[in-house]
Amino acid sequence: MLEIKNLHAVVEGEDIEILKGVNLKVNKGEIHAIMGPNGSGKSTLAKVAAGHPEYEVTGGDILYDGESILELDPDERAHAGIFLAFQYPVEVPGVTNTTLLRESYNTIAASRGREELDPLEFDDYISDKLELVQMKRDFLDRSVNTGFSGGEKKRNEIFQMAVLQPKLSLLDETDSGLDIDALKIVSDGINKLHGDDDAVILITHYQRLLNYIEPDFVHVMIGGKIVKSGDKTLALKLEEQGYDWLEAHATVNGEAG
Amino acid sequence: MSETKALESMIGEEYKYGFTTDVEYEDFPKGINEDVVRLISEKKNEPEWMTEFRLKAYRNWTEMEEPSWFNATYEKPKFDTLQYYSAPKNKPKLNSLDEVDPNIRETYEKLGIPLEEQKMLAGVAVDAVFDSVSIFTTFKEKLAEAGVIFCSISEAIQDHPELVKKYMGSVVPARDNFYAALNSAVFSDGSFCYVPKDTICPMELSTYFRINNMNSGQFERTLIIAEENSHVSYLEGCTAPMYDEHQLHAAVVELIALDNAEIKYSTIQNWYSGDEDGKGGIYNFVTKRGACRGKNSKISWTQLETGSAVTLKYPSVILQGDNSVGEFFSVAVTNKRQQADTGTKMIHLGKNTKSTIISKGISAGKSDNSYRGQVKISKKADNARNYSQCDSMLIGQTCGAHTFPYIESANPTGKIEHEATTSRVGEDQIFYLQQRGISEDDAISLIVNGFCKEVLKELPMEFAVEANKLLSIKLEGSVG
Repeated sequence: MLEIKNLHAVVEGEDIEILKGVNLKVNKGEIHAIMGPNGSGKSTLAKVAAGHPEYEVTGGDILYDGESILELDPDERAHAGIFLAFQYPVEVPGVTNTTLLRESYNTIAASRGREELDPLEFDDYISDKLELVQMKRDFLDRSVNTGFSGGEKKRNEIFQMAVLQPKLSLLDETDSGLDIDALKIVSDGINKLHGDDDAVILITHYQRLLNYIEPDFVHVMIGGKIVKSGDKTLALKLEEQGYDWLEAHATVNGEAG
Repeated sequence: MSETKALESMIGEEYKYGFTTDVEYEDFPKGINEDVVRLISEKKNEPEWMTEFRLKAYRNWTEMEEPSWFNATYEKPKFDTLQYYSAPKNKPKLNSLDEVDPNIRETYEKLGIPLEEQKMLAGVAVDAVFDSVSIFTTFKEKLAEAGVIFCSISEAIQDHPELVKKYMGSVVPARDNFYAALNSAVFSDGSFCYVPKDTICPMELSTYFRINNMNSGQFERTLIIAEENSHVSYLEGCTAPMYDEHQLHAAVVELIALDNAEIKYSTIQNWYSGDEDGKGGIYNFVTKRGACRGKNSKISWTQLETGSAVTLKYPSVILQGDNSVGEFFSVAVTNKRQQADTGTKMIHLGKNTKSTIISKGISAGKSDNSYRGQVKISKKADNARNYSQCDSMLIGQTCGAHTFPYIESANPTGKIEHEATTSRVGEDQIFYLQQRGISEDDAISLIVNGFCKEVLKELPMEFAVEANKLLSIKLEGSVG
């Protein structure tokens, strides 16, 4: 489904390289976790995959269903089924959750040749999704992320994911800032949404999340590269030993920058 | 950054109302002096008292200095070469729509304002002002049944002199300010509305102003009187062709609300704003003021200001009656080299008076957008309250937003709250919406509409669609 090949990226207009040759392959039905210390390029990888204009790809490629998506605008990538749950969801004052979601849903539906929903149909459709993240109805009439607590913002991201039903979800530190109850709700939601036809990439600092969402693969990113991949036991080892042993490993191999 | 450019091109959408209409004009001398003032009055067949009103205003004006305290720089209008009266050649008074110059009718149709009553938006009566004269007022008969008088100010001077005499200049005196004085001397036409006691005006009233002639100024005069327990909602729309020269628009609007009366006045202003380099465009120097004379009366100003090269405009409310309410809701969009210095004045004189100010400024391109507001609570205005909220949104790096609040309270029981925010339409905000599948055009439109929502919802329903359309015309465009 997703194949990232030797991906290099810099901040637009600057020389500093943040991604230094990332390789990653994700198949349908899989859950991948990407872990790593602060500043290792995890969030950048997610933003570059979604097409954030702040970054410029200087080498390598991103293939989605076998085709390069580097030339696609962010909205076109969204139409293709790529979803990014933001680490810091953005406030859009005056635009209600319902307005945004219906606009999103219908735009994506139209691009995929699916039927658009009128306001009443849409209202029925999202009511079910609300339960998934245990949100109250009044949540729909509030302005997008405006005045939301940190936890509400993160839950809103997963709610959007539930409504838009993406094929590839990139969840950027969706667990940070959540208390244990909210973490459970969010994790349950993600587990329920995930199936054989879609893939999830979790970006996280903490092994804690992986107790609730079981990944098929765990990757460690350091210095703009994936330096180690393994199964979920790798996450446990990281929890115990930190990243030092891997940083040493990366340096020995002359790979870390 | 490329995003910023895309934003600018989007906001810089071409002006769609810039065409001119080919009509023959009556000859009229350029420049201004007492003879010109007399001639205007004569052309309009006005009674002696009206001529005197004009002459007195003219004499005041000659002693006044053109103001320069606002946050805008521009080439001063050339008062000597301006044409103060411009009327298409036609019969002085029209009895039916068929008599309107077909070119002018076509103009209004191009603007999306068909004058034929059957095509009208349901329940909206229209007065159309072309250059200096009122062309036609629709739905007159239906309004007359309810006792509402809605006609051009020229007709009102002829047919209802007692009302005009009593109220004209009572809210904005002829010597009020430089441009009001000029208007009082040379005003050519405008709308008049009188709603009698215990009457709710059965439909929205609306005036469309169009400046067509290149060298003429437009000086219209609007007077609205709401008697006890009455209610009226009024909307004005404005467009003009594109010329390289600046054109002057100096209007005066006076509103009077008596006991328990309510006037809602909405403006959608889309005068030509000039080109990228600031060439051409309308000078929109307008004095708008309402007086809440009666107890429990209410005056509400709502404006969507998107056009003009320079706008100086402060729709105000004088809260005389006890428990009266003043409101000001404003969206001002500036782009290219536009300069807008706009806001309101809320003058609290009566007890328990209340005012609300919500101002949204959106600046793009190389424009400057200023909010200027005055809240004054006088000694006798016990328990007066004001709430002001001024939000600015910046698009790109080359525009400016400013807020100048003036607060004055002479009564210790007064309560004034002022909030102000400034935000920038950021790459992150647009990216967030794009990531949800929404195109860049639609994302900006959504963000701006969200920002203005509190104000847009105050517009009469019939015009909300038009307002949204205008905002997106101003905002839409191809993204590179």
